[in-house]
Amino acid sequence: MKRTPLYEIHKKLGGKLIEFAGFEMPVMYSSIIEEHLAVRERAGIFDVSHMGEIFVKGEEATKFLQWVTSNEVEKMKKGRARYSSFPTEKGTVVDDLLVYKLDEDEYMLVVNASNTDKDFRWIVEKGKGFDVKLENKSAEIAQIAIQGPRSQEILQKITDYELSSIRYYHFAVIELLGEKVIVSRTGYTGEDGFEIYSPAELGVKYWNALMEAGRSYGLKPAGLGARDTLRLEAGMNLYGNDMDETTTLLEADLEWIIKWGKKFIGESALAKQKEEGLERKLAGFEMLEKAVPRHGYKLFVDGKEYGKLASGSYAPYLKKNIGNAYLPIEKTKLGSEFEIEIRGRKYKAVVVPRQFYKREKK
Amino acid sequence: MILDELYYTKSHEWVRVEGEKGTVGITDFAQSELQDIVYVELPEVGKKLKAGEVLCSIDSVKSSAEIYTPVSGEVIEVNEKLSSEPELVNKDPYGEGWIAIVKLADSNEISNLLSAKEYEEMLEGEK
Repeated sequence: MKRTPLYEIHKKLGGKLIEFAGFEMPVMYSSIIEEHLAVRERAGIFDVSHMGEIFVKGEEATKFLQWVTSNEVEKMKKGRARYSSFPTEKGTVVDDLLVYKLDEDEYMLVVNASNTDKDFRWIVEKGKGFDVKLENKSAEIAQIAIQGPRSQEILQKITDYELSSIRYYHFAVIELLGEKVIVSRTGYTGEDGFEIYSPAELGVKYWNALMEAGRSYGLKPAGLGARDTLRLEAGMNLYGNDMDETTTLLEADLEWIIKWGKKFIGESALAKQKEEGLERKLAGFEMLEKAVPRHGYKLFVDGKEYGKLASGSYAPYLKKNIGNAYLPIEKTKLGSEFEIEIRGRKYKAVVVPRQFYKREKK
Repeated sequence: MILDELYYTKSHEWVRVEGEKGTVGITDFAQSELQDIVYVELPEVGKKLKAGEVLCSIDSVKSSAEIYTPVSGEVIEVNEKLSSEPELVNKDPYGEGWIAIVKLADSNEISNLLSAKEYEEMLEGEK
């Protein structure tokens, strides 16, 4: 099993380690609920070094990414990060990712750990005929996320760079404890926060410095368990649960990362689907009865079995049981009801807006 | 933590036997493995079970676990408090976090269960 540069730290902190995407990762340190609430109320620090980083460089880097990803690339300015996807020809999803524009002809793509190798093969294949150089540097990079309302104050303690100048979904190459690294105002929790991309060997140094700086703010190390409940509450999709190569971007409620008319892989299939209308779509729901829904549980619509649950969990901040489900399009209206089978019994759920939690903007 | 006066199962339940009644719960080890218990689906009073059958289920944030009864018999009481405070199982697994009381069908069954010492040895072996 692979380990991140922070593996020893997780062990020392008593993290409960599990296998995730081929990595030995902490699912929690003390309690998912406590870690989740720390991020909503103060700050949490995550090792997300398992994520993949692919670099795209060359004269046709922009043109290539415009073709191979669904969201706009050409108009991106240097210093921007943008959420996007690699669609298949059918408009289904190879992976979702963040595109960082490092320079005019240079980008960093941050992809899911479970898909890094697949993604790399995919873009190498699609990149034939483009003047681009592709490099998978995932193993050389440590990624630490600090998330929560106090993140900026904590990170500011270890850098002179004015962090307030980095706007949401922007990044800067800044000096952090004597080294130049990429710091972006991004995250997967629905809170304000930063992600730090550094050479692998600096990961431990940054983690320790942030833990020290965050002590008086109540910063808590947080694991993959809290990462999942936080993203779900915030209405963010998880690859493999909420979308994959069998669901189109439109069905996965990701039309907002489609830039129509720019010509990309899968655009015509998606345009056709949009014109013909969707048969099903991902919807948010809340349980009406006490029971915890989970990925893979059977759904029943009008008493008939209708596929399996995409995502489901107890939501620690909202203190509700929530999730995402693919439902027939006419059943995705707010207030529409369906059932979920949990241990052989059916429980009622109701469709609600997918962004269950929205932070207050300052 | 393991209490001497209880009997245990390999699946990490305990039973406290008092006369013909057995109070059942999950062990400290089980609660710490589950963490963050958010829902206990209590059994129905009157339900008759054989030892090793599913008594109830417990959901933590991360997972769902089935709890098996260590002893055969009829469920005569359940810990209703757990419906509103499922976290009691985490906080006090051998006390306020008890799950149900079973009227023992056969008190000889106790000999099939693990003593505190045996359970402790089993946990050591798992480490």
